[in-house]
Amino acid sequence: MWWHRCSFVPLRPVYAEFELSLTAMGAKPSGRDVQGQSVCQRRPGSQGTKMEMPLWLAKGLYERKRRVLSVELPKVYREGWRTVFGADPIVVDLHKMGPYYYGLGSQMLHFDSPENPEIANTILQTFIGRFRRTMDSSQNAYNEDTSALVERLDCLERSLFKAGQSGLNSFQLWEKGRSSHLTASSLVINYRKRKMTDLQA
Amino acid sequence: ISFCLNEAKTEGKSELIPSIKFRHSCLLRNQRCIAAYLYDRLLRIRALRWEYGSVLPTAIRFHMCAEEMEWFNQYKKSLATYMRSLGGEEGLDITQDMKPPKSLYIQVRCLKDHGEFEIDDGTVILLKKNSQHFLPRWKCEQLIRQGVLEHVIS
Repeated sequence: MWWHRCSFVPLRPVYAEFELSLTAMGAKPSGRDVQGQSVCQRRPGSQGTKMEMPLWLAKGLYERKRRVLSVELPKVYREGWRTVFGADPIVVDLHKMGPYYYGLGSQMLHFDSPENPEIANTILQTFIGRFRRTMDSSQNAYNEDTSALVERLDCLERSLFKAGQSGLNSFQLWEKGRSSHLTASSLVINYRKRKMTDLQA
Repeated sequence: ISFCLNEAKTEGKSELIPSIKFRHSCLLRNQRCIAAYLYDRLLRIRALRWEYGSVLPTAIRFHMCAEEMEWFNQYKKSLATYMRSLGGEEGLDITQDMKPPKSLYIQVRCLKDHGEFEIDDGTVILLKKNSQHFLPRWKCEQLIRQGVLEHVIS
Protein backbone atom coordinates (compact mmCIF):
# COMPACT_ATOMS: atom_id res chain seq x y z
CA MET A 1 0.00 0.00 0.00
CA TRP A 2 2.88 2.32 0.65
CA TRP A 3 3.97 1.97 -2.99
CA HIS A 4 0.63 3.32 -4.18
CA ARG A 5 1.09 6.37 -2.04
CA CYS A 6 4.48 6.80 -3.64
CA SER A 7 3.07 7.35 -7.08
CA PHE A 8 0.63 10.04 -6.02
CA VAL A 9 2.79 11.95 -3.58
CA PRO A 10 6.27 11.31 -4.91
CA LEU A 11 8.37 10.80 -1.81
CA ARG A 12 7.91 14.36 -0.60
CA PRO A 13 7.18 13.44 3.04
CA VAL A 14 10.55 11.72 3.18
CA TYR A 15 12.59 14.41 1.48
CA ALA A 16 11.18 17.36 3.35
CA GLU A 17 12.39 17.43 6.90
CA PHE A 18 11.06 20.23 9.01
CA GLU A 19 12.02 21.61 12.36
CA LEU A 20 9.12 22.73 14.55
CA SER A 21 8.92 24.24 17.98
CA LEU A 22 7.01 22.02 20.30
CA THR A 23 5.87 22.21 23.85
CA ALA A 24 6.54 18.83 25.39
CA MET A 25 4.16 18.06 28.20
CA GLY A 26 4.61 15.24 30.61
CA ALA A 27 6.76 13.19 28.33
CA LYS A 28 9.73 11.22 29.58
CA PRO A 29 11.59 10.22 26.48
CA SER A 30 14.64 8.07 26.85
CA GLY A 31 17.56 9.85 25.27
CA ARG A 32 17.94 8.52 21.81
CA ASP A 33 19.51 10.27 18.87
CA VAL A 34 16.77 11.22 16.40
CA GLN A 35 18.32 9.07 13.71
CA GLY A 36 17.28 6.07 15.78
CA GLN A 37 20.72 5.07 16.94
CA SER A 38 20.33 4.03 20.51
CA VAL A 39 22.12 6.14 23.06
CA CYS A 40 20.58 4.57 26.10
CA GLN A 41 20.47 7.27 28.73
CA ARG A 42 17.48 8.35 30.72
CA ARG A 43 16.97 12.04 30.18
CA PRO A 44 13.94 13.49 31.89
CA GLY A 45 11.90 15.75 29.64
CA SER A 46 10.12 17.86 32.17
CA GLN A 47 6.74 19.37 31.66
CA GLY A 48 6.55 22.49 29.60
CA THR A 49 9.92 22.21 27.86
CA LYS A 50 10.11 23.60 24.40
CA MET A 51 12.16 21.76 21.87
CA GLU A 52 12.61 21.40 18.18
CA MET A 53 11.67 18.14 16.60
CA PRO A 54 11.42 16.81 13.07
CA LEU A 55 7.92 16.61 11.68
CA TRP A 56 7.87 12.84 11.34
CA LEU A 57 8.74 12.46 15.01
CA ALA A 58 6.09 14.91 16.11
CA LYS A 59 3.50 13.08 14.05
CA GLY A 60 4.54 9.77 15.54
CA LEU A 61 4.37 11.02 19.14
CA TYR A 62 1.26 13.15 18.85
CA GLU A 63 -1.92 11.88 20.46
CA ARG A 64 -5.35 13.39 20.28
CA LYS A 65 -5.83 13.17 24.04
CA ARG A 66 -2.88 15.58 24.10
CA ARG A 67 -1.07 13.84 26.85
CA VAL A 68 2.34 13.99 25.26
CA LEU A 69 2.94 17.10 23.24
CA SER A 70 1.38 20.06 21.60
CA VAL A 71 2.64 21.66 18.47
CA GLU A 72 3.19 25.35 18.00
CA LEU A 73 2.05 26.55 14.61
CA PRO A 74 4.78 28.24 12.55
CA LYS A 75 4.01 31.92 12.09
CA VAL A 76 3.27 31.63 8.36
CA TYR A 77 0.06 29.79 9.16
CA ARG A 78 -1.11 32.08 11.94
CA GLU A 79 -3.70 34.83 11.99
CA GLY A 80 -1.36 37.66 11.01
CA TRP A 81 0.05 36.02 7.96
CA ARG A 82 -3.31 34.58 6.98
CA THR A 83 -4.68 38.08 6.51
CA VAL A 84 -1.66 38.95 4.35
CA PHE A 85 -2.38 35.95 2.15
CA GLY A 86 -6.03 36.91 2.03
CA ALA A 87 -5.17 40.41 0.84
CA ASP A 88 -2.71 39.56 -1.93
CA PRO A 89 -1.13 36.12 -2.18
CA ILE A 90 0.98 36.86 -5.24
CA VAL A 91 3.21 39.37 -3.52
CA VAL A 92 4.51 37.04 -0.81
CA ASP A 93 7.96 35.51 -1.10
CA LEU A 94 6.92 31.94 -0.39
CA HIS A 95 10.42 30.60 -0.74
CA LYS A 96 11.64 32.70 2.15
CA MET A 97 8.64 31.88 4.32
CA GLY A 98 9.62 28.22 4.35
CA PRO A 99 10.25 26.59 1.00
CA TYR A 100 7.60 23.94 1.64
CA TYR A 101 4.64 26.16 2.46
CA TYR A 102 1.97 23.92 0.97
CA GLY A 103 3.50 20.62 2.05
CA LEU A 104 4.17 21.67 5.62
CA GLY A 105 0.77 23.36 5.85
CA SER A 106 -0.99 20.17 4.86
CA GLN A 107 0.99 18.24 7.46
CA MET A 108 0.25 20.79 10.19
CA LEU A 109 -3.44 20.03 9.85
CA HIS A 110 -2.63 16.68 11.44
CA PHE A 111 -2.16 18.33 14.81
CA ASP A 112 -5.80 19.27 15.46
CA SER A 113 -5.34 22.98 15.94
CA PRO A 114 -8.66 24.81 16.44
CA GLU A 115 -7.73 27.03 13.51
CA ASN A 116 -7.50 24.11 11.08
CA PRO A 117 -10.41 25.11 8.80
CA GLU A 118 -8.98 28.62 8.39
CA ILE A 119 -5.47 27.30 7.79
CA ALA A 120 -6.69 24.83 5.19
CA ASN A 121 -8.75 27.47 3.45
CA THR A 122 -5.90 29.97 3.42
CA ILE A 123 -3.48 27.45 1.92
CA LEU A 124 -5.99 26.58 -0.78
CA GLN A 125 -6.84 30.18 -1.63
CA THR A 126 -3.16 31.12 -1.71
CA PHE A 127 -2.46 28.36 -4.20
CA ILE A 128 -5.40 29.39 -6.36
CA GLY A 129 -4.31 33.02 -6.26
CA ARG A 130 -0.74 32.31 -7.26
CA PHE A 131 -1.25 29.54 -9.75
CA ARG A 132 -2.18 31.73 -12.68
CA ARG A 133 0.98 33.78 -12.37
CA THR A 134 3.14 30.63 -12.17
CA MET A 135 1.47 29.04 -15.15
CA ASP A 136 1.66 32.14 -17.35
CA SER A 137 5.27 32.87 -16.54
CA SER A 138 6.36 29.27 -17.17
CA GLN A 139 4.68 29.24 -20.58
CA ASN A 140 6.15 32.51 -21.77
CA ALA A 141 9.74 32.43 -20.66
CA TYR A 142 11.52 30.69 -23.50
CA ASN A 143 15.29 30.39 -23.53
CA GLU A 144 15.89 33.06 -20.92
CA ASP A 145 17.07 33.36 -17.36
CA THR A 146 14.13 32.43 -15.15
CA SER A 147 15.76 32.94 -11.76
CA ALA A 148 13.82 36.15 -11.11
CA LEU A 149 10.54 34.35 -11.79
CA VAL A 150 11.34 31.33 -9.71
CA GLU A 151 12.95 32.85 -6.64
CA ARG A 152 9.71 33.70 -4.85
CA LEU A 153 8.03 30.37 -5.48
CA ASP A 154 7.78 27.55 -3.00
CA CYS A 155 8.87 24.04 -3.96
CA LEU A 156 5.50 22.82 -5.20
CA GLU A 157 5.17 25.87 -7.43
CA ARG A 158 8.72 25.40 -8.66
CA SER A 159 8.00 21.85 -9.80
CA LEU A 160 4.90 23.13 -11.60
CA PHE A 161 7.00 25.83 -13.22
CA LYS A 162 9.52 23.23 -14.33
CA ALA A 163 6.76 21.10 -15.85
CA GLY A 164 5.46 24.13 -17.72
CA GLN A 165 8.91 24.98 -19.04
CA SER A 166 9.52 21.42 -20.18
CA GLY A 167 6.22 21.46 -22.08
CA LEU A 168 7.11 24.78 -23.67
CA ASN A 169 10.54 23.55 -24.74
CA SER A 170 9.13 20.37 -26.25
CA PHE A 171 6.59 22.37 -28.19
CA GLN A 172 9.23 24.74 -29.52
CA LEU A 173 11.38 21.81 -30.58
CA TRP A 174 8.42 20.42 -32.46
CA GLU A 175 7.77 23.73 -34.16
CA LYS A 176 11.37 23.84 -35.34
CA GLY A 177 11.02 20.34 -36.75
CA ARG A 178 13.57 18.94 -34.33
CA SER A 179 11.22 16.49 -32.67
CA SER A 180 12.47 13.70 -34.91
CA HIS A 181 16.10 14.40 -34.01
CA LEU A 182 17.43 11.36 -32.25
CA THR A 183 19.59 12.07 -29.23
CA ALA A 184 21.70 10.14 -26.78
CA SER A 185 19.87 9.24 -23.59
CA SER A 186 20.32 11.67 -20.72
CA LEU A 187 21.64 8.84 -18.56
CA VAL A 188 24.49 8.23 -20.96
CA ILE A 189 25.38 11.92 -21.12
CA ASN A 190 25.38 12.31 -17.35
CA TYR A 191 27.37 9.15 -16.89
CA ARG A 192 29.96 10.35 -19.36
CA LYS A 193 30.20 13.73 -17.65
CA ARG A 194 30.69 12.04 -14.30
CA LYS A 195 33.40 9.80 -15.68
CA MET A 196 35.23 12.84 -17.04
CA THR A 197 35.17 14.55 -13.67
CA ASP A 198 36.33 11.33 -12.00
CA LEU A 199 39.27 11.11 -14.40
CA GLN A 200 40.14 14.72 -13.81
CA ALA A 201 39.98 14.39 -10.05
CA ILE B 1 3.90 -2.11 18.18
CA SER B 2 0.30 -2.44 19.33
CA PHE B 3 1.41 -5.45 21.34
CA CYS B 4 4.04 -3.37 23.17
CA LEU B 5 1.60 -0.54 23.77
CA ASN B 6 -1.03 -2.87 25.18
CA GLU B 7 1.49 -4.50 27.43
CA ALA B 8 2.65 -1.12 28.69
CA LYS B 9 -0.93 -0.10 29.41
CA THR B 10 -1.89 -3.30 31.22
CA GLU B 11 1.23 -3.38 33.34
CA GLY B 12 0.64 0.18 34.47
CA LYS B 13 3.85 1.44 32.90
CA SER B 14 2.09 3.96 30.71
CA GLU B 15 4.91 6.47 30.99
CA LEU B 16 6.88 4.17 28.71
CA ILE B 17 4.41 4.71 25.89
CA PRO B 18 6.10 7.88 24.52
CA SER B 19 9.41 5.99 24.46
CA ILE B 20 7.87 3.13 22.56
CA LYS B 21 6.29 5.52 20.09
CA PHE B 22 9.53 7.46 19.77
CA ARG B 23 11.54 4.39 18.89
CA HIS B 24 8.84 3.16 16.55
CA SER B 25 8.75 6.54 14.75
CA CYS B 26 12.51 6.40 14.31
CA LEU B 27 12.36 2.88 12.92
CA LEU B 28 9.56 3.80 10.54
CA ARG B 29 11.47 6.85 9.35
CA ASN B 30 14.60 4.84 8.65
CA GLN B 31 12.45 2.34 6.79
CA ARG B 32 10.86 5.12 4.72
CA CYS B 33 14.23 6.61 3.84
CA ILE B 34 15.64 3.27 2.78
CA ALA B 35 12.53 2.40 0.80
CA ALA B 36 12.55 5.78 -0.93
CA TYR B 37 16.20 5.35 -1.91
CA LEU B 38 15.69 1.81 -3.22
CA TYR B 39 12.55 2.80 -5.09
CA ASP B 40 14.35 5.69 -6.73
CA ARG B 41 17.10 3.31 -7.84
CA LEU B 42 14.49 0.96 -9.27
CA LEU B 43 12.90 3.74 -11.28
CA ARG B 44 16.29 4.62 -12.75
CA ILE B 45 17.01 0.98 -13.58
CA ARG B 46 13.67 0.76 -15.34
CA ALA B 47 14.52 3.90 -17.31
CA LEU B 48 17.76 2.24 -18.38
CA ARG B 49 15.83 -0.44 -20.24
CA TRP B 50 14.04 2.20 -22.27
CA GLU B 51 16.89 4.61 -22.81
CA TYR B 52 19.81 2.25 -23.18
CA GLY B 53 18.58 -1.15 -24.31
CA SER B 54 18.36 -4.65 -22.96
CA VAL B 55 22.07 -5.18 -22.45
CA LEU B 56 23.58 -2.92 -19.84
CA PRO B 57 27.27 -1.94 -19.87
CA THR B 58 29.43 -3.66 -17.26
CA ALA B 59 30.17 -0.39 -15.50
CA ILE B 60 26.50 0.07 -14.67
CA ARG B 61 25.96 -3.60 -13.86
CA PHE B 62 28.78 -3.27 -11.36
CA HIS B 63 26.77 -0.71 -9.40
CA MET B 64 23.65 -2.84 -9.18
CA CYS B 65 23.04 -5.41 -6.49
CA ALA B 66 21.96 -8.97 -7.31
CA GLU B 67 18.29 -8.27 -6.50
CA GLU B 68 18.25 -5.24 -8.77
CA MET B 69 19.79 -7.29 -11.58
CA GLU B 70 17.10 -9.91 -11.02
CA TRP B 71 14.42 -7.20 -11.10
CA PHE B 72 15.85 -5.83 -14.33
CA ASN B 73 15.77 -9.25 -15.96
CA GLN B 74 12.19 -9.81 -14.91
CA TYR B 75 11.21 -6.40 -16.18
CA LYS B 76 12.90 -7.10 -19.50
CA LYS B 77 10.99 -10.36 -19.76
CA SER B 78 7.63 -8.74 -18.98
CA LEU B 79 8.29 -6.02 -21.52
CA ALA B 80 9.32 -8.55 -24.18
CA THR B 81 6.21 -10.66 -23.54
CA TYR B 82 4.04 -7.59 -23.83
CA MET B 83 5.72 -6.46 -27.04
CA ARG B 84 5.25 -9.90 -28.56
CA SER B 85 1.55 -9.76 -27.84
CA LEU B 86 1.07 -6.60 -29.88
CA GLY B 87 0.93 -6.15 -33.65
CA GLY B 88 0.02 -9.59 -34.97
CA GLU B 89 2.55 -12.39 -35.38
CA GLU B 90 5.86 -10.62 -35.08
CA GLY B 91 5.04 -8.37 -32.22
CA LEU B 92 5.90 -4.69 -32.07
CA ASP B 93 9.07 -3.18 -30.68
CA ILE B 94 7.75 -0.19 -28.80
CA THR B 95 11.19 0.85 -27.62
CA GLN B 96 11.90 1.89 -31.20
CA ASP B 97 10.73 5.05 -32.92
CA MET B 98 10.35 6.91 -29.65
CA LYS B 99 10.48 10.10 -31.66
CA PRO B 100 8.38 10.41 -34.82
CA PRO B 101 10.44 9.25 -37.81
CA LYS B 102 10.70 11.58 -40.76
CA SER B 103 12.77 9.48 -43.17
CA LEU B 104 13.97 5.93 -43.66
CA TYR B 105 17.65 6.78 -43.81
CA ILE B 106 19.55 9.25 -41.67
CA GLN B 107 22.97 10.82 -41.63
CA VAL B 108 25.04 9.83 -38.61
CA ARG B 109 28.49 10.65 -37.31
CA CYS B 110 30.52 8.30 -35.20
CA LEU B 111 31.52 9.60 -31.79
CA LYS B 112 33.85 6.80 -30.87
CA ASP B 113 35.35 3.66 -32.38
CA HIS B 114 32.78 0.92 -32.35
CA GLY B 115 34.22 -1.58 -34.79
CA GLU B 116 32.30 -3.24 -37.58
CA PHE B 117 28.59 -2.86 -38.09
CA GLU B 118 26.51 -4.99 -40.42
CA ILE B 119 23.32 -3.70 -42.02
CA ASP B 120 20.44 -5.72 -43.45
CA ASP B 121 21.66 -6.11 -47.00
CA GLY B 122 24.96 -7.58 -45.80
CA THR B 123 27.22 -4.57 -46.17
CA VAL B 124 29.66 -4.13 -43.35
CA ILE B 125 30.47 -0.61 -42.22
CA LEU B 126 33.47 0.30 -40.13
CA LEU B 127 32.46 2.70 -37.38
CA LYS B 128 35.53 4.80 -36.79
CA LYS B 129 35.55 7.98 -34.76
CA ASN B 130 34.37 11.03 -36.73
CA SER B 131 33.34 9.05 -39.81
CA GLN B 132 29.98 9.91 -41.32
CA HIS B 133 27.52 7.44 -42.77
CA PHE B 134 24.09 7.34 -44.34
CA LEU B 135 22.32 4.47 -42.63
CA PRO B 136 18.82 3.07 -42.07
CA ARG B 137 17.18 4.76 -39.15
CA TRP B 138 16.03 1.63 -37.34
CA LYS B 139 19.52 0.19 -37.22
CA CYS B 140 21.04 3.32 -35.76
CA GLU B 141 18.46 4.23 -33.18
CA GLN B 142 19.91 2.22 -30.35
CA LEU B 143 23.50 3.24 -31.09
CA ILE B 144 22.48 6.88 -31.06
CA ARG B 145 20.75 6.45 -27.71
CA GLN B 146 23.86 4.81 -26.34
CA GLY B 147 25.97 7.74 -27.44
CA VAL B 148 28.02 5.85 -30.02
CA LEU B 149 26.58 7.67 -33.02
CA GLU B 150 25.31 11.19 -33.42
CA HIS B 151 22.33 12.10 -35.56
CA VAL B 152 23.41 14.85 -37.95
CA ILE B 153 20.85 17.25 -39.34
CA SER B 154 22.05 19.55 -42.06
